[in-house]
Amino acid sequence: MKLFFSFIRKEFWHVLRDTRSLVILLGMPVMMMLLFGFALSNEVKNSNIGILDLSHDESTQLLTNRFDQSRYFSVTKNLTHESQIEEAFRKNELRMVVIFPPKFRESLLHTNQAQIRLVGDATDPNTSNIMINYASAILRDYQNEIFGEQKFPYQINVESSMLYNPKLSSSFNFVPGVMTLILMLLGAMMTSVSIVKEKEKGTMEILLVSPMRPLMVVITKAIPYLLLCFIDVLLILVLAYTVLDMPLRGNILLLLAESILFIFTTLSLGLLISNLVDKQQTAMFISLVGLMMPALIFSGFMFPLENMPLPMQIISNLIPTKWYYSIVSSIMVKGLGIKFIWKQTLILVAMTVFYLAVAMKKFKIRLE
Amino acid sequence: MSSVIIENITKTYEKGIVKALDNVSFEVKSGELFGLIGADGAGKTTLFRILTTLLIPDSGKATVAGFDVIKDLKQIRQIVGYMPGKFSLYQDLSIEENLNFFATVFGTTVEENFELIRDIYVQIEPFKKRLAGKLSGGMKQKLALCCALIHEPKVLFLDEPTTGVDPVSRKEFWEMLGRLKERGITIIVSTPYMDEAKLCDRIALIQNSKILDVDTLEGILTKNKQNLFAVSSDNMYQLLKDLRAYTDAVSCFAFGQHHHLQVKTPTSSDEKLRAYLAHRNHTNVSIETINPDIEDTFIKLMQDA
Repeated sequence: MKLFFSFIRKEFWHVLRDTRSLVILLGMPVMMMLLFGFALSNEVKNSNIGILDLSHDESTQLLTNRFDQSRYFSVTKNLTHESQIEEAFRKNELRMVVIFPPKFRESLLHTNQAQIRLVGDATDPNTSNIMINYASAILRDYQNEIFGEQKFPYQINVESSMLYNPKLSSSFNFVPGVMTLILMLLGAMMTSVSIVKEKEKGTMEILLVSPMRPLMVVITKAIPYLLLCFIDVLLILVLAYTVLDMPLRGNILLLLAESILFIFTTLSLGLLISNLVDKQQTAMFISLVGLMMPALIFSGFMFPLENMPLPMQIISNLIPTKWYYSIVSSIMVKGLGIKFIWKQTLILVAMTVFYLAVAMKKFKIRLE
Repeated sequence: MSSVIIENITKTYEKGIVKALDNVSFEVKSGELFGLIGADGAGKTTLFRILTTLLIPDSGKATVAGFDVIKDLKQIRQIVGYMPGKFSLYQDLSIEENLNFFATVFGTTVEENFELIRDIYVQIEPFKKRLAGKLSGGMKQKLALCCALIHEPKVLFLDEPTTGVDPVSRKEFWEMLGRLKERGITIIVSTPYMDEAKLCDRIALIQNSKILDVDTLEGILTKNKQNLFAVSSDNMYQLLKDLRAYTDAVSCFAFGQHHHLQVKTPTSSDEKLRAYLAHRNHTNVSIETINPDIEDTFIKLMQDA
């Protein structure tokens, strides 16, 4: 036990005296949270739109005001001719243009029908799609107001509600994503690099020629990183709750327990990598390219898994991040309990056991 | 009684292409200060790694304190102290922290075996708070020796402990090894410095993965008697060429201010040589008959092999 603590103390000395890795360990989650929270967002907020009003009547005035007041848009330009639309898009002044045809109110009242054109800049297809949706919603509201009293023989009223995330806030998506990525990156990379460092610096040579069991060297090395990763989880949760107003609907203890399980998964992956390579750079490269890329692609955080071709969907099942991401969003966003995520949990446990078993088997008690 | 027995050890790298040790055999007696002397790349480190259970030989057998280096891995790791050629302590830990850590690793405390390292430790104690990475070469080696000694090993393996260390620290280091020997610890030390051979009880000369000879320094010198002249003149470069062309010459090498010329005929007088050099227009010629030292002998053994 004394040996155990002595090792852990040594590992903390290593981490605390290496300012660079300390900055990475604690700065990265904070930076990623703030980046995704404030800078990298695909939410539509106060987007610049233009109005081409060829009718100039009561209704178009009212609608223009509605667009401007909505928190999604701000009307920054009044156009007078269709030819100005492209010019404005090219200059990146506007993201969308609303075109009212001549005699808008007149035809609306007399024929019960009117046309409106929405032109979006689809350079960024997702954003323009979202904007068109918001704009349609505003128009629908207005339509319901003026036709409210009249009864049509047939009418389908669409009432949509966005469950779990009514405001469509992107933090619901990226907070679990950031947690997954950070744990994957730090857990696997820092552990593998720090073990490989012992090999590269030759200290492993001395440790091997000592009565201590070689596995102890490796296991004790993982413990401080377990703690540091856990601190990162807490850090992310506190930031999500305080700065990004993200609710935590499920059981926090369950979430923390699942996080510890996933940290074990990434640490054992790190151990596995460290047993396969001899150079710190190789370990770093494998962790970054070999783990980060699949983690990013196959977690479902950036790209929906359902849209992928079948072979890729099958591959995604082998990537632990997919399961953890699903667990975290189930607990945080949907407030689900263990009853609904036992399958994912079991898969993570199985993966951890597998990685550990291979790592142990590959562990070298000699130099070659 | 022999502490280390090496029998026909062969070790190759890269699937047999690179030969590191070729049929090496020798024994080290218990309590002996044994020197393994050879140039870089001769195979010294490979042999040390086999004896410390870090590598498995291709063939052959070796025991350390009666334990087999392949089968009895655990027992050997309990009783040996090993100091690798490259400084291998934690550079970001201080002297004190390194020492305490390695004491714990070996299941002991610094206090328990302080007597053993006292002489060495007092020299680096004033800097005990300094990080190991910021120490001078000599102090690093002293710290590494302390760490290798902290568990009172029965056999101590020191791989080139004095390489890159200044002459004063080298001398101090060897004095320490002498004192450790008095405590009954078997010490095997490798070095590329020939002059350190005289500080060992017995030496093994190793070159190109083969052992050239194993004996006491005197034994090796008497066995390999040769007729040597130390020759110098005003034009040393031309002199070397001329000496090598001399009919009675076996070999000639530059040794600092003189060239050492080995001649075939035991009774060869310097008069004949002097005449030869005068004929070759050398001025200020000095010729002296000398007894070969370990370097001369090493070169001769290399040529014989």
